[in-house]
Amino acid sequence: MTCAETFYAYALRSLGIGERLLPRSDFDLCQQFVLIGSGLIWNIYFAACALLIGFFLATGLALAKASGNAWLRKPAQGFIFLFRGSPLFIQFFLAYEALVLLPRAGIELFGLTVATSWLTKAWAGALIVLILNTAAYSAQIFHGALMSVPKGDLEAADAYGLTGWARFRRVVWPTMLRLAWPSYTNEAIFLFHATTLVYFSGFPAFQQRGDALYYANYFADKTFNPFVAYPIVAGYFILCTLVLIGLFGVANRRLNRHIPGAVKKLRYRPQLVR
Amino acid sequence: MFSQCADPKALEGLNWLMCYLSSGKHLLFYASFGTVLLLLAITAPIALLFGFGGAMASRSRVAPLRWFGKIYTAMVRGVPDIVFFLFVPIALDQGIEWTRNWVLCDDPVSPWQGNEFLVCQAAKMPLSSSPQWVHEAYGFGLAVIAFAIVFGAFAANVLYGAMQAVPRAQLETAEAYGMSQRQVNRRVLIPQMWTYAIPGLSNLWMILIKATPLLFLLGIEDIVYWARDLGGAKTQTFSYPHPDWRLYYFLGILVFYLLMTWLSEKVIARLTRRLSAGQATMAGEALRKGAA
Repeated sequence: MTCAETFYAYALRSLGIGERLLPRSDFDLCQQFVLIGSGLIWNIYFAACALLIGFFLATGLALAKASGNAWLRKPAQGFIFLFRGSPLFIQFFLAYEALVLLPRAGIELFGLTVATSWLTKAWAGALIVLILNTAAYSAQIFHGALMSVPKGDLEAADAYGLTGWARFRRVVWPTMLRLAWPSYTNEAIFLFHATTLVYFSGFPAFQQRGDALYYANYFADKTFNPFVAYPIVAGYFILCTLVLIGLFGVANRRLNRHIPGAVKKLRYRPQLVR
Repeated sequence: MFSQCADPKALEGLNWLMCYLSSGKHLLFYASFGTVLLLLAITAPIALLFGFGGAMASRSRVAPLRWFGKIYTAMVRGVPDIVFFLFVPIALDQGIEWTRNWVLCDDPVSPWQGNEFLVCQAAKMPLSSSPQWVHEAYGFGLAVIAFAIVFGAFAANVLYGAMQAVPRAQLETAEAYGMSQRQVNRRVLIPQMWTYAIPGLSNLWMILIKATPLLFLLGIEDIVYWARDLGGAKTQTFSYPHPDWRLYYFLGILVFYLLMTWLSEKVIARLTRRLSAGQATMAGEALRKGAA
């Protein structure tokens, strides 16, 4: 098989398109690069969706945690403690076992049958766990930033007669994001790295459609040689991490564009792991 | 364990539960919590040592040593830690067997033959004749090294930052007193850096706690292994038949971890308070004013 043929057969294998059987013998470098790269689609899917949805959930949670109303504050605090205090690995297992217990036939709701089987699939079940997890970590970051919004900014907003939604949308929120952005970049990178846990934690890889590390592990197991597959997956992740830092840097520049000299290069210091 | 548990099928209600929870496998399950704590107790100091070495290496004046330190501290930034947890134990194992292959075998050949990794009986690590506990200890040792390498790199990041945070003037003053580089490090740099390192290191401790279930991926019989094993549905052929209870076992593990992190937070808060006393920092100043 030439490399072009391998690419054609396996480039979208992780989505179930192309050759059905994974290579079993005569492994070459090209196969490993293509299949592991194909698995990377899942890592990017999980990270992108979880970050996008988790971002809005985290904003809400941070506001709830900062709220004066105990009915809002206590649940938010509990949620954040629950997801930050326990390992993501256990959260995946727990969610999978809980979702499997849902009735197979679906739940009757207002005369409609709501299907539940899709929840036990990794694309939905693991994504939900990742969304809730990143929401908790990000909410903690956002809450810290919300607490350090300068008093003067709020007084200026009051002086302009801004209240309620307009004040939040035009003053509080942009400032909060600006302050939180360096830490939030760290969080995004760690969430991206945490997506490799999905297929090692209960969620089955249906028809061997797995993520990058799943295929790397497959090759390392079959060839008894960890020195090829794992460096490949490491290389892919370094590249993606650099792209992610670049994207967040663009957002950082936009958030800081009104403050002369404030745009510093985002320094990436690993701080959080699940 | 108890005499009334001799015939589990005849038991009812609370008695059944008591006998079930004290069965042999459950005792192994409880012991595996000890495995987790043991891993924490062994890994934390070793990782700190690795981190210290990494941080010192990245500050070194010898260029190759500095490059090594920089690469070591940077490696955890771009690559998921799980990749290292999967890679390091198998790579170490093969490295050891590869070396022993050339030293101990009668007529050594390269162990990679096709899709196999084969060494002669004498080069096996541990030897196939050694007792079960040696195999388990060896696996656990590899896991400890994998954890120490990854968390050493994280700790090196923290300690490097802390060393950079020690005011430059302090080190220059020490040099002006005629101290050698080693004396400056030992008498000025290292005692002062801990204040700056404590927030990062306590964060790292929480991270380490939350990484311990990954032992399961390394093939250690840890709490996750036993939760899956014990929780799975048991048919009538077992002494204690029950449906799929894995959810409850994982809930138990979740509570264990929440307790661990909650307790650690309390201890760290007290530790930070004690270390801030007398420091020329905002926290130290607040303590001083609070006391007055």
